[in-house]
Formats: sequence, structure tokens, C-alpha cells
Amino acid sequence: MGDIDDITKEKRVVFVTVGTTSFDALVRAVDTPEVKNELFKKGYTDILIQMGRGSYTPTRASAENGFPALDYFTFSSSIADYLKSASLVISHAGSGSIFETLRLGKPLIVVVNEDLMDNHQSELAEELAERKHLYCARPQTLYKTISDMDPGSLVPYQPGGAKPVAELIYRYLGFPED
Amino acid sequence: MASSNIGVLLTIGVITVLVIRIIYVIHRSRKPLHSKSPRSLSTLIVLGSGGHTAEMLNLLYVLQTERFKPRYYIAAATDNMSLQKHMCLRIPCSEALKEVGGAEFMQIYRSREVGQSYITSVGTTLVAIAHALWLMIKIRPQVILCNGPGTCIPLCVIAFLFKVLGIRWSSIFYVESIARVRKLSLSGLLLYKLHMADQLFVQWPQLKEKYPRAHYVGLLM
Repeated sequence: MGDIDDITKEKRVVFVTVGTTSFDALVRAVDTPEVKNELFKKGYTDILIQMGRGSYTPTRASAENGFPALDYFTFSSSIADYLKSASLVISHAGSGSIFETLRLGKPLIVVVNEDLMDNHQSELAEELAERKHLYCARPQTLYKTISDMDPGSLVPYQPGGAKPVAELIYRYLGFPED
Repeated sequence: MASSNIGVLLTIGVITVLVIRIIYVIHRSRKPLHSKSPRSLSTLIVLGSGGHTAEMLNLLYVLQTERFKPRYYIAAATDNMSLQKHMCLRIPCSEALKEVGGAEFMQIYRSREVGQSYITSVGTTLVAIAHALWLMIKIRPQVILCNGPGTCIPLCVIAFLFKVLGIRWSSIFYVESIARVRKLSLSGLLLYKLHMADQLFVQWPQLKEKYPRAHYVGLLM
């Protein structure tokens, strides 16, 4: 990365979101000195964690040498504003927050929760990672993903739509097409 | 002896008629519903949690409101986020009611919570079915739109039975979640295997390859 003095002039927020349940392994991983220091080295100034119902509470801190500032909250009625002001999003693998982030064009690291019973969620993250729309990590590999990542090389996501579904439904029900 | 023989014959007769009727319903469901275009169809929309709701909303925004009314929304009882989200995303509830020519919001017991084991799911599913039956008798929709999760299964099974018994003919549309890339969800798989969905949409080409009767529609989000 370039000159750190230049970068720290503006706020560069990493927004971490676990969604409507809890994902302690992710919050814990973000709260390690290695990950925080790596984020600092990449030029991020603040870490904001939406921790949900988790029992692990990270340590609030202001920015100090080698570490970004860290703050957290449990829930918010809408995370859209946090996503909009973020420079990097680290999210659980739920499709809602994945696509909300991609549609905003924000660099995204999806961390798969391996404790869920039916772990189909990794399918989506892995497929989108293969298409270079995001990075896919596990809590234990988050550090490595951050240190290897190059957000500029991600491919912007082109939003899809439900038109094809509507057309098929119309045709099936005998409605004229739009 | 004779009466038990008659009993057996009757049972066989009833089963035969039911099987023929089920085959007819499945066969009929493969083809478009109307030859002439209908004016409007009463529509049941099953809302799920978080990401599911976002996908359903994307579909509802492109569907013409006047073709699908009155609208009935059903959400899982523990999932109070999705109904609220739908109501406040566009306009307040009262406005939405006027706009779609009568819409009702209802809640249903969940057959399975995210993370609940499959074994305890059996009991909760039975409760959910009873509740679903009550709601379906009240609504008797002509169109059912659902995209998982498990909440929609009891509703779709009942809708299918209504078709078999001639109570109400409905068209069931199931949109598999965008999160399903390589395998259908349990709900999707059940509706596919049992031929209960009139049309089943998938968002990834891998699924179309694996389940040829599905319709590939690309990503909704």
C-alpha cells in the first residue's frame, strides 16, 4: 500500500455484519490483532461490527498505532447506510447482505459459517468468488484472505432481475406479455 | 366374508380413482392454465426470511398488481421481519392495501426453524400443516407464489390436494433461492419430485442441468 499518512486523512470503514442471528467465530476472527493489523496495513481506519445475538463482545477501541478504531452494535433496522459508507464489507454468507453489498459495488469478503446445520450457504459464496465478484473465506482463513486481497481486481456485479420469471408466469397463466 | 370383499373392492376403487385424478392433475399442471386471458387472479404470496423476502420482493415489483389480486401474504410467525419489510419498503400498509385492491397479511407457524434438527421438525410440521389447512380453506387462492423456505410446503401440499379433490384449481409457482447453486433446497426438491409446482424456476444453470423440468431464469438479485 501507499503512504499511510495520505490514507489516514479520510475515514475508510470496514463494516462487519453477521445478519439476524449470531456468528461469534467471525466477530472473534475480526477482533484478533493479526486481522486488525492487516486491515490497518491495507489502509482501513475504522472497523464497525454488527454482532447480532452473539455472546462474544469485541473490545471497543480508538485508532492507535497499527490498529484501526473498533466499534460495534447488535442490530439496526436497516444496514443499508452502514453498507453505503463502508470501504470494505465483511459479511456472513446470507444472500440478502451479499447482494445488497454487491449491488452497491462495495468490495466484499464473505465468511462462511461452518457451524450451520445445512451449510448450503457456502455454495453461493464460492460460486460468486469463482466469478470474482467477492472473496470467500472461513473464520480461520480471514487473515490470509485480507492480506492476499486486491479489491481493485474484483469484477463489478451486474444486477439481475425478475422479468424472465414474470414473463414465464404470464405466459403460463394466459396473460399477454408486457 | 362378502362384506369384507366389498370393502376391499371399494378401497381399491377409491384408490384407483384418486390415482387417476392425481395423474390428471399433474398432467394438466404442465400446460398453461387458460386459453383466454383472465382478468385477475387471487394470489397467495408466501414470504420467507431475510434473503428469501428480498428475492420475492424483486419478483413482486415486476408483476403487474392488477393481474394478481386480491393478494394474501403469509409469513412465518417467528419471522416478523419480512412482513414489516414488505410493508415499509414501498408505502405504508394502508396504502398498499388500496393499491393492490385488497391485501391481507397473515402469519403461519413455521415447520422448521433455521438450524432446527430434522427429527424435531416432524412435530412442528404437523402443527404447521393444521394451521396451513385453516388458512387455505379461508383463502383458496388461484395463484401461489413461493420461494422457500419450509413454510410453503404445507400450503403447497394442501393446494395440490384441493386440485385433486376439485375444491380449487390453483397454479403453484416456486422460485428456488438464489443461494441454491448446485442442489435444490428441501422445499424445492419436494415440489419438484412430487410434481407439485406447476412451474419451478432456478437461478443457476447448474440446477437446470440437474433438474431438467425446472425453468432457468437467471439471477433475480
